[in-house]
Amino acid sequence: MNGGIWTIAMVAVLGLVAIGIYGLLITRNLIKIVVALQVFAKGTILVMVAAGGISGKPAIGQSLAITVIVADTVVTVMALALAIQIRRWCGTLDARSISRLRR
Amino acid sequence: MIIQTFVLSATLICALMAITARRLLISALWLAGCSALLALSIALLGAPEVGVVELSVGAGLVTIIFVFAINVAGEEAVGLTSIVPRPLAWALMGVFLLLLAWLVVPSLLVPALPRDSLQFWQALWGERQLDTVLQVILIFSGVLGSLGLLAERPEGGRAENKREEGAAS
Repeated sequence: MNGGIWTIAMVAVLGLVAIGIYGLLITRNLIKIVVALQVFAKGTILVMVAAGGISGKPAIGQSLAITVIVADTVVTVMALALAIQIRRWCGTLDARSISRLRR
Repeated sequence: MIIQTFVLSATLICALMAITARRLLISALWLAGCSALLALSIALLGAPEVGVVELSVGAGLVTIIFVFAINVAGEEAVGLTSIVPRPLAWALMGVFLLLLAWLVVPSLLVPALPRDSLQFWQALWGERQLDTVLQVILIFSGVLGSLGLLAERPEGGRAENKREEGAAS
């Protein structure tokens, strides 16, 4: 009974990670890249909770999930600030324009 | 179990819509929906504390930051497809999924281990105290870093630089 729930959670993890990877690969827009990274990180949060439940140590898994949420939020904020600055200096959100920042 | 399946599949649909949406603002809103549904499913899986944090941080704070960033940077969604061709993207995704499933599936086949009696707050504030303190430091460094990145260069400094360049030439 309990195992079925974790199997569904793991299938959802595989789906979220797959969607995140696909989004990272198909776009060049910097903000869209951060959106895909967020989807990827959501899969990571879910896998932490599910792994804690499967291994019989839910408290460790949940505290690790909190760590992942905090780190992921800080990474998102920094990446969006960088994207705004690149837009200001290059006039576009294209990831290829970063090479133009080199003098 | 039916509710969990329903909520998790709705999360996946929201994630897919966030990736495929043409406009950035719509994409951010789908991401917020995905985050809220993920918080609900985590709470249904027996971790309500993590669900609350995910709901407030993932669906609240991150969405506000996204909307702010999109407003500042402007919409520029169309036409920026990657240099990676679509079939290659699908193939890479498939390889990654196979590797991940190869790692995950054996852990699902063994019978569930007995739960230990460690409470969530004991794990967070007792066993992983150093990590919690480091998270606080990480948040502060993130705030300071984004303030430094977003800071405007003072106009006087730029004018002085131009004057110096002119004098040098």
